[in-house]
Amino acid sequence: MARIATRQRVVISTIGAWLFGFLIFFPILWMVLASFKTELEAFAIPPSFLFFHWTTENYATVQERSDYFHHAMNSVIIAGGSTLIALLIAIPAAWSMAFSPTKRTKDILLWMLSTKMMPPVGVLVPIYLIYKTVGLLDSRIGLVFILCLGNLPIVIWMLFTYFKEIPRDILEAARMDGATIGRELVYVLTPMAIPGLASTLLLNLILAWNEAFWTLNLSTSNAAPLTTFIASYSSPEGLFWAKLSAASTLAIAPILVLGWFSQKQLVRGLTFGAVK
Amino acid sequence: MGQITLQDVQKSFGPVHIIKGADLDIADGSFVVFVGPSGCGKTTLLRLIAGLEDVSGGKILIDGKNVVDTPPAKRGLSMVFQSYALYPHMSVRGNIGFGLKMAGLPKDEINRKVEAAAATLNLSPYLDRKPRELSGGQRQRVAIGRAIVREPKAFLFDEPLSNLDAALRVQMRIEVTRLQKQLGTTAIYVTHDQVEAMTMADKIVVLNGGKIEQYGSPLELYERPANLFVAGFIGSPKMNFVTGESALQRGAATIGVRPEHLKIEREGAGGWQGTISVAEHLGSDTFLYVDAGPLGMLTARYIGELSLHAGDRVSLVPDPARIHRFDDGGNALRG
Repeated sequence: MARIATRQRVVISTIGAWLFGFLIFFPILWMVLASFKTELEAFAIPPSFLFFHWTTENYATVQERSDYFHHAMNSVIIAGGSTLIALLIAIPAAWSMAFSPTKRTKDILLWMLSTKMMPPVGVLVPIYLIYKTVGLLDSRIGLVFILCLGNLPIVIWMLFTYFKEIPRDILEAARMDGATIGRELVYVLTPMAIPGLASTLLLNLILAWNEAFWTLNLSTSNAAPLTTFIASYSSPEGLFWAKLSAASTLAIAPILVLGWFSQKQLVRGLTFGAVK
Repeated sequence: MGQITLQDVQKSFGPVHIIKGADLDIADGSFVVFVGPSGCGKTTLLRLIAGLEDVSGGKILIDGKNVVDTPPAKRGLSMVFQSYALYPHMSVRGNIGFGLKMAGLPKDEINRKVEAAAATLNLSPYLDRKPRELSGGQRQRVAIGRAIVREPKAFLFDEPLSNLDAALRVQMRIEVTRLQKQLGTTAIYVTHDQVEAMTMADKIVVLNGGKIEQYGSPLELYERPANLFVAGFIGSPKMNFVTGESALQRGAATIGVRPEHLKIEREGAGGWQGTISVAEHLGSDTFLYVDAGPLGMLTARYIGELSLHAGDRVSLVPDPARIHRFDDGGNALRG
């Protein structure tokens, strides 16, 4: 009897979980479907779910009107560049805070995080003016720089909690075994920290890829990444749902694929240290 | 060679003095155990010798050379950690050979030495496994393998057996002792378990509150404890301490008698009278916990079985030759 009850519960919770998952995924699915509709069908009420006239016309129009590859390349450079620079700064910072903490380490960490509590719009005007003066407006370097700084606190926090989990004894054992700091890093620390480094890199890449506030405000065409590319379909000549959907689908496709293949790493990274 | 000398070694963390001036002479090839309650500074002292902590004062000499400014790797010591501290991403072979690899030895020589060490420790079948695929005892062996393969001047053991279950602990205790005798390498071993200390050591260092209370062979410590702390710490069950009239009669502030040196007699036979509150029958031994009124609780040990039970009245007669006398300051009185 107890066994049947358990099986029922498993079935119900499985169905529940699938429904919930579907609900969360639905907007993305709807967007992808809309991108294959004509503009008229995209607006139609009641909406048609699968039985409509499938067309790839929107994709052709979008690529024709605004160069997708130019924006995608900008996104890759901005997200990738800001992530790599953030990691280069964050790794030594997190190392030193995790392995030789001082009395103020906790305060510094909190202070870093506090910068994330400030709404970015609060500093938009000064940043805009500074960028204008030094000629960084609509430049990839400018966007790499601002996104790198914006995400740095989170990168340092993630790496710090990750490094904290590496037992000190192991590093001391390596030191007793005659490893210099450099070799300790190469042979012991880095191999042990790879899952943490990978998940931090992935998460930061996704955050930077989807960042819309600074990219929209500080770029127009030359350095404009995919976020600007999507935004350009939402206003000037009215709303074009199908084309907007096609642009959005194209914009999230690379990061979606990346996320799909690295979901194991991501989940491990995000829940690391939560249970044990 | 592996002669280690400490001269007035001190360590403070901020205003807290952890080690308050330690002097010690460890002869080459001897097995020395640091023992004491938790927080007494024994692990800190070991880490100072290893070089994992910097001294705040004093000298550490290894074979006559002061090493306080020498990094851990250059001191020629190897250490076995309480948590084993194996490299999780390396195989057993990689773990044991890591020190040799860092020393830049050629690959075939590393392999030869690793295999020899593995054979000594019965690890040969596991050389290509990762630490997570090994049992606790096997991991401990790998940690020991990593220490012996480098042929160090001395081994440092930081409570290496405390994560093992009781049966395995006894077995590993014997193995470590045998291995150390076979290699003839100096060993310093930290433990809070006085049975481990008594059974393994050539010499024991009893530490308390950052001070060395006594340094001597296990039997010296058992028979001639320097003070109340050592007398109470070494020996199981603990030594009985009696103050007041009985002590004054013998010209001391406190006298101590070990449970095995109390003769258990029928009530009224002289000595100290009391009522048994708990009797433990182990077959090989009988332990009696006796409520002796104003003298407090006394413990007596009888070798073999003794059919006495809680509530029985007994007399406990101390063996006069085995009474330890202590002055007001807790130091042993001799003669």
